[in-house]
Amino acid sequence: MSDELIISAKNVTKSFSIGGNKHHIAVNDVSLDMYKGETLALVGESGCGKSTLAKLLMRLIKADSGEIIFDGIDISSLSEKYVRPYRKRMQMVFQDPASSLDPRMKVRDIIAEPLKVWKVCDSKEEMDDRVRELLELVDLKESALDRYPHQFSGGQKQRIGIARAIALNPDLIVCDESVSALDVSVQAQILNLLKRLKKELGLSCLFISHDLSVVNFIADRVCVMHDGRICEMAAKESIYSDPKSEYTKYLLDAISAS
Amino acid sequence: MKKENRQKSEHEFLRAFLQNKAAVISTVIILLIIILSVLAPFLTRYDETGQDLLNRLMPPGNGHIFGTDELGRDVFTRVFYGTRVSLLIGLFPTVLAVAVGTVAGVCAAHFKGAADFIIMRLADVMLSIPGMLLAMVVLYTLGGSLTSVIISLILMEWGGIAVVVRSAALEIQECEYVTAAASIGAGKLWIILRHILPNLLPTLIVLFTLNIPSSILSESSLSFLGIGIQPPQVSLGLMTGTSRQYLFSSPHLVLAPAVMILLLVLSFNFLGDALRDILDPERKTL
Repeated sequence: MSDELIISAKNVTKSFSIGGNKHHIAVNDVSLDMYKGETLALVGESGCGKSTLAKLLMRLIKADSGEIIFDGIDISSLSEKYVRPYRKRMQMVFQDPASSLDPRMKVRDIIAEPLKVWKVCDSKEEMDDRVRELLELVDLKESALDRYPHQFSGGQKQRIGIARAIALNPDLIVCDESVSALDVSVQAQILNLLKRLKKELGLSCLFISHDLSVVNFIADRVCVMHDGRICEMAAKESIYSDPKSEYTKYLLDAISAS
Repeated sequence: MKKENRQKSEHEFLRAFLQNKAAVISTVIILLIIILSVLAPFLTRYDETGQDLLNRLMPPGNGHIFGTDELGRDVFTRVFYGTRVSLLIGLFPTVLAVAVGTVAGVCAAHFKGAADFIIMRLADVMLSIPGMLLAMVVLYTLGGSLTSVIISLILMEWGGIAVVVRSAALEIQECEYVTAAASIGAGKLWIILRHILPNLLPTLIVLFTLNIPSSILSESSLSFLGIGIQPPQVSLGLMTGTSRQYLFSSPHLVLAPAVMILLLVLSFNFLGDALRDILDPERKTL
């Protein structure tokens, strides 16, 4: 972990129209800094705006106001054409492994898609080698290549999603509730995989979850969100031992109760 | 390995297809009709327009399987030549209508906003005019012929197809794999060609199969009314239309083409329904 920033948000606000003139403010004046090589966890109950914040950071949606600074450049105001080069450097692992993989594509094509979009491989052989290498990185067998997503279990599908996310050697990956759809033993495997990949590839990781025990396992720092605002941000140890905000205490009580 | 799995998913489709009685029977009937009408010139020694005024209105038999009509033409020959026209009408305009409807629907779903509004209002306008009325206007302006029947059928059908395709495309667009592709940096065209169209395919197959019978039926109705295909060209609808005055004296003249229309339309309808069941997105096995 260094003190170099990879991505930061400055006073970002995003609201959605909910019919008529009413607006729901999903992300309200949020600022956060993320350093190279760290795993920052974004925690909060569902509907608190953490997924929206992730999509804002990835520039999948546009912020109403505020800046998203990636590697020194404000990407929030760039048009799609100019954001594109940054897409190569940040990738996302989604919540539902079943719907984030195209059911009509083979695993080979799913993992190769980013390579094809960016034309990073000169030949078919090179691409094939890279796909096999990625498959190995996420502990899947080579026989998986020519199968379709529905032929895999949830955990295996999520591995395929991770292989796709790391295909372009990104600097940042955003995991949006990436293990919440999996059962506990599989969750542990995927978390270990993410931890290992982070170390091997030097990734920075924004890890979004509602589950504090999962966060405890993987995060360096934790950022607690409530109602579209960040209510606490601290190193993992201090969050668990000495929570400052009422809401964090409430969340911690909830896991110790269960 | 590669081949094996490709075969597996095709195998699943084939098995579901073979288990569906309606699908199998209608496919067999359709194939039989296609083969017979393609081979029609070799199956009969009569000419479809050749008149034989001495043998008018002959009942079936005597070398004429379905008898002869009011000008002594062989009904069997004419039915199969008419079927050729019906098949052409069933397939060709439907392919074009599905193509136009797909482009319109996908564009509307993808570009949203003004493009969506304009395309869908245009489709609404088309849908609000009764199809037959629209076809009549086209046919009166362009004159009755095969080409103008095809044009009017495309105009009749694209709107409905565009509406269905748009809603299916919207549903696919909401899927996370489309977001995933966008987050990778894939462009709009990439997403449409690689993700939306392949996932739209089952819907398109069903739309196509279900629109074939309605095309056939529309052409028959228009020709029956005398504004579609014009003699001396042969058409099943035209045959039923011109023979209806002999309905009581020589019922075979009307029955033969009418039964053929019935067979064609029913078979394609059953096939379309069966395919819709088999390709149901819920199965997700294909």
